[in-house]
Amino acid sequence: MDSWAEGHFRRMANRGERAVGRSVARKDGIGKATGRAVYADDLVFPGMLWGRTIRSTIPRGRVRGVRRAFDPAGFTVVDHHDIPGQNVIALLELDQPCLVANEIRHVAEPIMLLAHADRERLLAARVEIDYEGEPPLLDPEQSDVVFKHIRIEKGDADAALARADLIVEGTYRTGAQEHIYIEPNGVVAVLEDGGIAVHGSIQCPFYVHKALVTLLGDAVSHVRVVQTETGGGFGGKEEYPSMIAAHAALLALRSGRPVKIVYDRAEDMVATTKRHPSVVRHRTGVSRDGRIVAMDVDVLLDGGAYVTLSPVVLSRGAIHAAGPYRCDHTRIVGRAVMTNTPPNGAFRGFGAPQTQFAMEVHIDRVAEALGMDPVRVREINALRPGDTTATGQRLGDDCSALETLRQAVRRSRYHAKRAAAAGSNRGIGVSLFYHGSGFTGSGELRLASRAALELTEHGVRVLTSSTEIGQGTRTMHAQIVADALGIPYEDVEVAQPDTSRVPDSGPTVASRTCLVVGGILQRAAEEMRLRIGDATPAEHYRRHGPLRVDAEYEQPDWIRWDDDTYRGDAYATFGWGCNVAEVELDPVTCEVRPRRLTTVVDVGKAIHPALATGQIEGGTVQAVGYALLEHVVMRDGAMANGQLTNYTIPTTLDTPPIDVVLVENPYPGGPFGAKGLGELPMDGPAPALVNAIRSLGVDVREIPALPEVILRERERASGSQASGTEASRRVTAIDGARTDRDRVDA
Amino acid sequence: MKFTLNDRVVDVAAHPMQRLLDVLREECGLTGTKEGCGEGECGACTVLVDGAAVVSCLVPFAQVEGRAVRTIEGVDEGTLQRAFMDQVGAQCGICTPGMIMAALSLGPNPSREQMREALAGNLCRCTGYEAIFRAVRAAKRAGSGRHAPSPDAENTRA
Repeated sequence: MDSWAEGHFRRMANRGERAVGRSVARKDGIGKATGRAVYADDLVFPGMLWGRTIRSTIPRGRVRGVRRAFDPAGFTVVDHHDIPGQNVIALLELDQPCLVANEIRHVAEPIMLLAHADRERLLAARVEIDYEGEPPLLDPEQSDVVFKHIRIEKGDADAALARADLIVEGTYRTGAQEHIYIEPNGVVAVLEDGGIAVHGSIQCPFYVHKALVTLLGDAVSHVRVVQTETGGGFGGKEEYPSMIAAHAALLALRSGRPVKIVYDRAEDMVATTKRHPSVVRHRTGVSRDGRIVAMDVDVLLDGGAYVTLSPVVLSRGAIHAAGPYRCDHTRIVGRAVMTNTPPNGAFRGFGAPQTQFAMEVHIDRVAEALGMDPVRVREINALRPGDTTATGQRLGDDCSALETLRQAVRRSRYHAKRAAAAGSNRGIGVSLFYHGSGFTGSGELRLASRAALELTEHGVRVLTSSTEIGQGTRTMHAQIVADALGIPYEDVEVAQPDTSRVPDSGPTVASRTCLVVGGILQRAAEEMRLRIGDATPAEHYRRHGPLRVDAEYEQPDWIRWDDDTYRGDAYATFGWGCNVAEVELDPVTCEVRPRRLTTVVDVGKAIHPALATGQIEGGTVQAVGYALLEHVVMRDGAMANGQLTNYTIPTTLDTPPIDVVLVENPYPGGPFGAKGLGELPMDGPAPALVNAIRSLGVDVREIPALPEVILRERERASGSQASGTEASRRVTAIDGARTDRDRVDA
Repeated sequence: MKFTLNDRVVDVAAHPMQRLLDVLREECGLTGTKEGCGEGECGACTVLVDGAAVVSCLVPFAQVEGRAVRTIEGVDEGTLQRAFMDQVGAQCGICTPGMIMAALSLGPNPSREQMREALAGNLCRCTGYEAIFRAVRAAKRAGSGRHAPSPDAENTRA
């Protein structure tokens, strides 16, 4: 058969069996199911040393002296004097040192590095540090060191508040959260041809590349960063791997040997980033018929000791702080401040789970104050196509707030269950949420991400720096390319991210890997199709040899964004979602048992329905932990429960059945209509669960909603109700006993 | 010290108090068994000793002398592993070998409660467990008994 016919018939055959929309076999499935997939700790290089980090034990102060209390035989030792370039971990700012020179700003700050071939000797080595301590700043509400300040203004919030029928105020708090990727941070640094290669568990290889180039300067001819199989990330391997990679690289340079550093769980928990704790204050003006007429929101994030990613976490948090609601008069003010704790950082949702927790619990309190059904208040105020968000972004037909709300309420039989549960210890709560896909505002334009395709003997190879960290990047990208090129999914392979071989596609964060990088790949595939005509990729390769097509991000022409005023189109599109949570409250122990979670999410197009469902289910359970279990206990600036024994994440026994419905309201600018979905499921469950607890008459406004929090609020409520009648109870609970914190003005 | 590793008798020189996990990974080169926490909480290092699931980070090497150890490398690529692929029971994959070792003990057609109990010692941060249940259910419905070697069978091999 000639090539034209072969290609033609093959494409015709494929038309009935496209890859997109089908749950094809994961590219990495077999390796993972058999244990053959190679993670950082599985790598062994000849002559390899083990590396270890000596860290500060005080939250703030200075290093007066360091004494090496060990026999130096066989040891490689590195401190800040041994850094050939700049002593910084380059990210947004250059404020975080790689190794302490003098000033200490947090517990577990790296001071010295050791390496040895014998792990037992390495771990036994004692280093004594003499400190001059200073009183640490641990309360973000007392901090006046502001990393970033954001102000979003729409209309005139003050004037609208003055005109409102009712003003509802409230303060909401969220705690830190640890990522608990099951594979701790780990890298191996290896010298090669005058340069250095770092292999590791890394979400963003080019972030690490940038950090190493800044740190090592002229000491190496080149830097190469290779992502190994990565055992989970969730944002926790976005910025931190630059630090551990820097340490391994310094030890490798000093020793001339390969150096592996793999944290144990305790070090990973105590030393690496967490989700930013938050305090969010709301003042909302509403009309008697339930319309939100004014919003005044104040967001405070605890950034920890260095800037790292706090400005952008704050940005996403602030933009999402008004929730998926229409309001003409909105003011959102946000601050990320410094404290003497390890830097808080990227974690799935990136500020939006914190601010939407506050909004969604607050809107239930608005409903309580109005004596209205919480679903009805959301229905009245939910954003619709044609409405504008807080930043003034006009929404298109890809807005699905109402659709997800109605489906979730109907499917969960919310109203019937709420009525049936009255007077029992079973609560039910709802949340409505959205999540912007891709970098905020002009961020994607600045990134100018690239991706490429190259022909192989068997088909095409995808070249991007997007990492597979479990979410299915390889599979999903291969599906998009297969269909855009009209070839079988099996003929597409995906290159391992290696900064010397793949273009910089930007970081694997911000729900952008499908929407943005997938979109670039789709255009590259279309270009490749034009270049090879009707031939199959393999045929073209055999006849004409190698061919590579590169493509770069192109911003949709309608996007307008002003970084100074925070006005404009914050995101190309949003994912939308609604959760209904059903809980049972143990009246004696005050433990909350989640019984069922219904989650309806609009993802635009599920490129791979099983992967998409897996993202939603996994994110939902991570958020169940955030809401009910995961308590980072900080004592004197250090995590006091840095073990899985006492920092508990959901097990099978803590996890309720999760009913996932994927809505596909396409975003025309996304690959096959897809929107971002990775972070979306993190936003809704916590407020839905807390609202379910609130439906039992317990006024919880913070997470984690531990039994002691519920006990405290229950006792507070029973104290304030002792003299009140049933009818005056609501007013008493909000207006009387809580005047110190909150108020409802009629 | 002699023990049976994936149906073959092996003789490994290692300190008797060394963690079985390290002996498997470093002395025997079987890196499919993963370390997630080192304190027996996460289950990523689950292996079978005489057919029973144990966390190898808490087992001193001396304890397996003369006994039969089975790791993910010694599991047939059959129904359970295929089901983890097909049902996307593995996302990042780091908990998967331990999860599969723990799931081997389940009988045919397990209920949701039986799966929750059997896998309660294995943490997964990616899937929310639903896809793991789907994989186990699919595999156990296919009903292949050879993936659940009984303790007796293991002892016989040893």
